[in-house]
Amino acid sequence: MAEIIRDETGRVLFTEEMKKEYTILCPNMLEIHFRILVNIFNAFGYHAELLTTTNSNIAQEGLKYVHNDTCYPALLVIGQFIDALNSGKYDVDKVALLITQSGGGCRASNYIHLLRKALINAGYPNVPVVSLNLSGLEKNPGFKFTLPLMRRFLAGLVYGDLLMLLDNQVKPYEVHKGDSAALVEKWVKGLSVMLRDGRGIKQDDMVKVLDRIVKEFSEIEIQKVPKVKVGIVGEIYVKYAPFANNELEKFLYEQDCEVNLPGLMNFLLFKVDNRIEDIKLYGGNLAKKTVIKALFDYMAKLQNMMIDAVKKQPKFQAPANYDHVKKLVDGVIGYGNKMGEGWLLTAEMLELIECGFENIVCAQPFGCLPNHICGKGMIHKIKKIDDRANIVPIDYDPSATRVNQENRIKLMLAVAREKLNTQQEQKDA
Amino acid sequence: MRMRIGLDIGSTTIKCVVLNDQDEILFETYDRHYSQIIQKMAELLERVRTEVIHCDTAKISVSGSAGMGIAQDCGLPFVQEVYATRIATTRLIPDADVIIELGGEDAKILFLTGGLEVRMNGSCAGGTGAFIDQMATLLHITPAEMNEIAADHEKIYTIASRCGVFAKSDIQPLLNQGARKSDISASIFAAVANQTIAGLAQGREIKGKVVYLGGPLTFLSGLRESFDEALNVHGIFPANSLHYVAIGAAMCSEEDINLVEAIDKVKNYSHKGQFLSIPPLFNNKEEYKEFVSRHQNAKVKRGNIETYTGDVFLGIDAGSTTVKAVVIGCAGEVLHSIYRSNSGNPVPAIKEYLIDLYKNYPNIHIVSSAVTGYGEELLKNAFNLDYGIVETIAHYTAAHTFLPDVDFIIDIGGQDMKCFKIRNGAIDNIFLNEACSSGCGSFLQTFANTLGYDIADFAKLGLFAKHPVDLGSRCTVFMNSSVKQAQKDGATTEDISAGLSVSVVKNAIYKVIRAASAESLGKNIVVQGGTFLNDAVLRVFEQEMKVNVVRPDISGLMGAYGAAVYAKDKAAKTGQTESTLIKLPELEEFVHEVKVTNCGLCSNHCRLTINSFGNHRKFIGGNRCEKPITRGQKKSIPNMYEFKLQTLLSYKPVPGKRGTIGIPMGLNMYEMLPFWHTFFTRLGFEVVTSPLSTRDMYIKGQHTIPSDTVCFPAKLLHGHVCTLIDQGIKHIFYPCLSYNFDEGLSDNHYNCPVVAYYPEVIAGNVPELQENNVVFMHDYVGVHRKKDFPKKMHKILKQYFSGISQTEVNHAAAAAYAEHDSYLAKIHAKGDEVLALAAQENLPVIVLSGRPYHLDPEINHGIDKLITGLGAAVVTEDAVSYKVKKITTTVLNQWTYHARLYAAAKYIGDKPNMNLVQLVSFGCGVDAITTDEVRKILESENKIYTQIKIDEITNLGAVRIRLRSLFAALDQ
Repeated sequence: MAEIIRDETGRVLFTEEMKKEYTILCPNMLEIHFRILVNIFNAFGYHAELLTTTNSNIAQEGLKYVHNDTCYPALLVIGQFIDALNSGKYDVDKVALLITQSGGGCRASNYIHLLRKALINAGYPNVPVVSLNLSGLEKNPGFKFTLPLMRRFLAGLVYGDLLMLLDNQVKPYEVHKGDSAALVEKWVKGLSVMLRDGRGIKQDDMVKVLDRIVKEFSEIEIQKVPKVKVGIVGEIYVKYAPFANNELEKFLYEQDCEVNLPGLMNFLLFKVDNRIEDIKLYGGNLAKKTVIKALFDYMAKLQNMMIDAVKKQPKFQAPANYDHVKKLVDGVIGYGNKMGEGWLLTAEMLELIECGFENIVCAQPFGCLPNHICGKGMIHKIKKIDDRANIVPIDYDPSATRVNQENRIKLMLAVAREKLNTQQEQKDA
Repeated sequence: MRMRIGLDIGSTTIKCVVLNDQDEILFETYDRHYSQIIQKMAELLERVRTEVIHCDTAKISVSGSAGMGIAQDCGLPFVQEVYATRIATTRLIPDADVIIELGGEDAKILFLTGGLEVRMNGSCAGGTGAFIDQMATLLHITPAEMNEIAADHEKIYTIASRCGVFAKSDIQPLLNQGARKSDISASIFAAVANQTIAGLAQGREIKGKVVYLGGPLTFLSGLRESFDEALNVHGIFPANSLHYVAIGAAMCSEEDINLVEAIDKVKNYSHKGQFLSIPPLFNNKEEYKEFVSRHQNAKVKRGNIETYTGDVFLGIDAGSTTVKAVVIGCAGEVLHSIYRSNSGNPVPAIKEYLIDLYKNYPNIHIVSSAVTGYGEELLKNAFNLDYGIVETIAHYTAAHTFLPDVDFIIDIGGQDMKCFKIRNGAIDNIFLNEACSSGCGSFLQTFANTLGYDIADFAKLGLFAKHPVDLGSRCTVFMNSSVKQAQKDGATTEDISAGLSVSVVKNAIYKVIRAASAESLGKNIVVQGGTFLNDAVLRVFEQEMKVNVVRPDISGLMGAYGAAVYAKDKAAKTGQTESTLIKLPELEEFVHEVKVTNCGLCSNHCRLTINSFGNHRKFIGGNRCEKPITRGQKKSIPNMYEFKLQTLLSYKPVPGKRGTIGIPMGLNMYEMLPFWHTFFTRLGFEVVTSPLSTRDMYIKGQHTIPSDTVCFPAKLLHGHVCTLIDQGIKHIFYPCLSYNFDEGLSDNHYNCPVVAYYPEVIAGNVPELQENNVVFMHDYVGVHRKKDFPKKMHKILKQYFSGISQTEVNHAAAAAYAEHDSYLAKIHAKGDEVLALAAQENLPVIVLSGRPYHLDPEINHGIDKLITGLGAAVVTEDAVSYKVKKITTTVLNQWTYHARLYAAAKYIGDKPNMNLVQLVSFGCGVDAITTDEVRKILESENKIYTQIKIDEITNLGAVRIRLRSLFAALDQ
């Protein structure tokens, strides 16, 4: 059995030996993306498993081991880990936990530390926690975010964004229910195999694969009818994870809406770009940051490739790229606003409005600090810029009831539907 | 004829309207549904079918928060209620501008003209019908009576109506101080109006033709008046104001529905929803019997007062909702006791009790007496009791007498939860509930009453519940909707009763104590307080902690019993033979008069309640400091909050050639003012700061706050900016600062997201800025990079002013950095001075730790003065934090201001005369992380951690108890 080795601060390291023996549990934020990512990890010799549990005990464990005023995502992610360790499903002497660490002035940077605290209190002081980040924080001998891994990873995210985007555009209109979901399923599996085998990573290959995905989705038979278009923005975990937002996407779909969930690439680009912006705003040597700049350019290129692929099929609506999204908030909110989702959240709302999704759910954990500013704090300004904006902020936390949330969303939808009907009548006339 | 039916099912009522094709109302009803929604709905539809429309098909729509699920599952068209309101209003009152509608649990504002906007309260907002009902219960009157007496009010108190729990803790002390119910009723209405406007207007002015709708605004004329006054309008109150949602729903009805089928579907509507449940408390009667007999062993010694002759000792506990009194004999035996509701005023209850005692038992002789609890000072003064002691000490004294090796006590009373760890016979740590986690006895009681039960009966129901509901452990407001949801999903009253007991216990264990296991609490646990009389709560506690505990048979009387024991011990020590308590003749002539006035001795202008009891005995309540009582005669104790504030106030405007720059005094400006003041003064600007915060200033900016859950210090900024605008300032400087100065105490040196970026919120939400052509400079500035700062700042200034040279900026920057250093040096020097003085005079020292902006008296509510009033010197965290090298923390130490907290905690670790009290602003997300860490650092040094949560309004009574408990524990 792998020996427990700690670094000088007392942190349990994830060792080479553990890589062979341990199962790495990963939280599930975005089903499509994270399934691909986990498969990529496993192709690199890890034994990663996506935690898809959603039982009610998870929030209870979170409340038990995390300060109750901490944000909801922390309660859920940590609760889910503890619940998994307690479930008996895993050999707790052979389990490691993986969590992303973004760094930055938001309290979310503390999740990994709160998780370790919780593990100690819950009686699992030897379970290693692996930090997944792009900044070289917390190194582990058995877990190396190597360049080949990173490239597959980024490719996986781009494919994930594309599948999510196409699924959202096709599903509400498909003639044969389930076509789109089946295609998503096919590609999640197919991409996992491809990326494992090292295909679909080089840019030429990627273009081909992206085109093929778009083409296959375009072949699904659809019938376009006017539907209320709703965009979702918010704190990243609550925005994406159905477990955290009470299946918001599904609810909107059932309410006969077309949903637009802006992709994950923008968030990554945003986080990398922040370092460049910091230098522009406060000084420093940009030349020293060539790696950052190269990473940014690489990611931006991947995103553009994906967008170009979508544009090849006119029946689909391509998203705007990062540069455009960024330009939308010029003069609205500063580029220095980088904690949490920062200016990107405001920008995404403006982008959604620009492409016809003026009805927006802004989802955030109760008491989310950055969202006081870039979410709720910007709605007034956005409405002044474009009075079509119909935005409803919704708070999520362990005790907020679904009925209350859905009632508020329905109010937003009622206004949206009325507008849609008026537009239709004008068109018909 | 085309008939249209509209059904509005809200959280507490069901309303129905039938319209003909001329939109005339043929039928309307309004009933409370007591959560029997399905039954009521089926009955109502049947009635409409047979008595009104006389046919089987009609057009129908359902609306309302409670109607949503049922409509969906029965295939009936659903219309969102706010939308329905708008449809009805646009047809019935076409020239209406704004609608304000209050419901049972919702508050809504609809702007109809000038850009349609509809808003509903968020999840953390009281100020609704349920809130008013709750407050009425607290006052022991009906909402209608509240409305009646509110008309006679003389004064308006400030009451938080953001949530019921907060408001309760504002009102209770008022009641205890003897404030008039009429004034409180009117204050509650004013609070609701304020809350609705603050929470929902969000920067939009409410003007024009305002329409009031919904139950509370229909039934309570006083509430309408409060809105009129707050909005400065004369709102209209239309006929059918209760039925607008139902009317709107009816107007939206388009689909023909077969009513017979629909009624059938409703009747057969099975609770598809499932509620989360937990295992039953007891599996069978035997388990319960064993449990009961085990607890029957914990009995206090008793005597018979009828036959007893001689010396006795009296203990009184005036709690938040009840009064308790215990008489003990020379052997400590309990001779007599009472436990009764105080009906909002403990004085008459105790008067009556004392008269009975004197009259019925002439053979007893009261040697000494003590009082504890919320009403301690009031009662001590009213009846001239011998001693007043803080609750924590009373409870510990009682538990200790009961079980000498007790190492943990948990007391859950009506509104307070107190837990103490005992080590070596002294209180080692104290946990008290926060205003926002008051899931205590009164919480259970309110629910019992809502469901039509007496608390004792209600609690018993839960014992054998088959599927106790898992309700979570957040706040009462959330709980209301969770309970309703569970009811809808088929939970029985039994399940709910058990579930509520579980949430009280979970709240105590995980939120107040923050314990993860029983071992961390101790082996010999005594539970007490009225709430533990409830077997369900006791059982859940034992199950959750997996340990058997002791519940004394006088569990509800422990405070009073402890006070009696204290009085007895004191008498033994002092040799006292006669209590100072007033005697029968005086009692019979006893009068209690209350006057309300404003204190004029400082800028706080505390609202004082002056109680006179005849015979020149008086009690003044509502004061924050001792001034109105001692008239400022006391010797002064060093207070660094005062010092820092005065130092900041000394940065006065200096007229300059370049005009005026306004700086709002809030958040990080409480730290950065010396820097920016020097910087701009050097550049030739006259720097004008907004004045110290006041309540009025807060109200002035309140309507522009976009997020009602942000911390109060941030909300105050709106008022400061509006004040600067009113002063005619045309340039306001309030920069965004991701980074703070690096003080070398942490891994990074960020500001928290709110401090860093609040200027963006001001820029986006205060329309007065544009209306007055104010240049609001809120650029992103990097003060952490001293070398780059002048160049970057020069570029920033160039956007707004011409002719400022780089050299000028360089000089100004150098001076600014130097001034910042000198400001810190002043604080350090003052800190040393205070510590030296304290050592010399043997004064205890409290490091009152928070953020720079906690200096604002409107934010700290004079807690610094309260501490000096208790005889301890106050220093700030930054006066000692610099003395420590960077320490290792278990959390990411990345914020400059917060790193000071950890360092200060570390610093006092080995200083016997120093303790730390942490001020935490409600809603501070970062403090969810720092508080646990500061506690950990202090506990590793065997220090007591004390946290005080503060908000817009703070119950200083509770703060006082907390601080007195700390001092009492230190004294032991």
